[in-house]
Amino acid sequence: MFRAHWWPALAAVTRLVGDLEAAEDAVQEACAAAVVQWRTGGVPLNPGAWLVGTARHKAVDWQRREARRAHKEKAAVREYGLPDQPFQTGPIADDQLALIFMCCHPALEVAVQIPLTLRSVCGLTTPEIATAFLVPEATMAQRLVRAKRKIREAGIPFRVPAADTLAERLASVLRVIYLVFTEGHHASRGDQLVRLELCEEAIRLARALADLLPQEPEVSGLLALLLLVEARRPGRIDDAGDLVLLEDQDRSRWHHAKIAEGAALVERALRARRPGPYQVQAAIAACHSSAPSAAATDWAEIVGLYDELLRYQPTLVVEANRAVAVAMLQGPAAGLALFDAMAGNSRAVGWPPLHVARADLLGRLGRNSEAVDAYQVALALEPPAVERAFISRRILSLRSRKTTGR
Amino acid sequence: MKYRCLLYVAEDTIPAPGTPGFGDVRAANVAATGAMTKAGVLVDSAPLQPVRSATTLRVRDGETLLTDGPFAELKEQIGGYCLLECASLDDALRWAAAIPAARSGSVEVRPVIDVGSRT
Repeated sequence: MFRAHWWPALAAVTRLVGDLEAAEDAVQEACAAAVVQWRTGGVPLNPGAWLVGTARHKAVDWQRREARRAHKEKAAVREYGLPDQPFQTGPIADDQLALIFMCCHPALEVAVQIPLTLRSVCGLTTPEIATAFLVPEATMAQRLVRAKRKIREAGIPFRVPAADTLAERLASVLRVIYLVFTEGHHASRGDQLVRLELCEEAIRLARALADLLPQEPEVSGLLALLLLVEARRPGRIDDAGDLVLLEDQDRSRWHHAKIAEGAALVERALRARRPGPYQVQAAIAACHSSAPSAAATDWAEIVGLYDELLRYQPTLVVEANRAVAVAMLQGPAAGLALFDAMAGNSRAVGWPPLHVARADLLGRLGRNSEAVDAYQVALALEPPAVERAFISRRILSLRSRKTTGR
Repeated sequence: MKYRCLLYVAEDTIPAPGTPGFGDVRAANVAATGAMTKAGVLVDSAPLQPVRSATTLRVRDGETLLTDGPFAELKEQIGGYCLLECASLDDALRWAAAIPAARSGSVEVRPVIDVGSRT
């Protein structure tokens, strides 16, 4: 009920009282008060303003009480103003941006930025976040307390970053949203329902940020990417709960409204001619999602996009994905050559997907026993359960092919 | 807020006085602190003598124990410090990034507790 109001309300109260922790406690209490009062007195005309006003009253009350204890009431009243006086409501959008930039400040660890954003911006409760990240509630609570203490003690500012650092700071915000999504997208662990919620939360967040920063094409790029990946979720796992490869997925199960929205978004973003990693990844996802089948996919375009993505993200994952696209374009032997070259890299050799991809291409080339060997190597590296089941099925099918085939 | 920037550098990488590199390092530091002074954010700054000149002291059971050398042997040592007066961490980090030691080593930015205003 209060989720929609949480971000703007907490942002406004943080600006008014100058402290995230106090503001959060106050907004929490205001929500509790609203549950009681709105039931009897009805929902106020402007629920958001009601929450901000009530929360501010509570925060000022606490600060006064605190000040009285320190015999400094006069100073506190001077500093925070009387609660009865009308307060300045600045542009809410700026407050909202200030809050998310503060939560995703690079002086905080990424492992802390993510839960802090879920708590302060999305309004998830500490137990909900703890469940999502599979840690005890007390551990998560402590992590959040430490984050808020660092913000206060280090003087992490509540404001939209200056123009010369905006791009860098925005990258940090986008990464947090992306990581919330991938945490939810990973089917390998945790409660399925909680995972879905994280994906939805990430999309909601990206959508809100795109409204707040319409001039930043990377934000639209991220939103497009999340929508396009999420749209394929219904095809990703079959009725038995098993992982299905992209090329084998039943494309009629995909969410076509999301695909249309994502494709339109990325097209519009790219027109700004300020490309970035999220726009490129979204363009790749759009290529896949708009193709009627794996065979009818524009693989040449995808290889070109991966080349561009490698300039932003020269990582193993991108290199492997590019090699898969090359295999689709030029045949399994060309892809295998790239993977074999990658396997010479000590970093890549312990990465299960590399061996799964090699095994798949070997199978396509009819080199079945080598394919089984490669799958065995992948299994020995202990991939997540869903992937393990997938690999075991592949090995069985290869073995039966060997005995009945020739 | 006041921020203390601790400049960590590997001493063996600092050019010795008299070598041509020494003048460059010196000039870079003078330029950085000059810009801070001009902007009115610099409260204090100084380079430190090498760690071999350090003496570490502990008082235990009324007895003063001295050790010749720094508190901890690290790959990078504190080679200097500066104290900045800035509105927020963002401003302090912006100035810290302009300190030459940030390129050759690391700069630790620590907020200073304002004892005067504590209740």
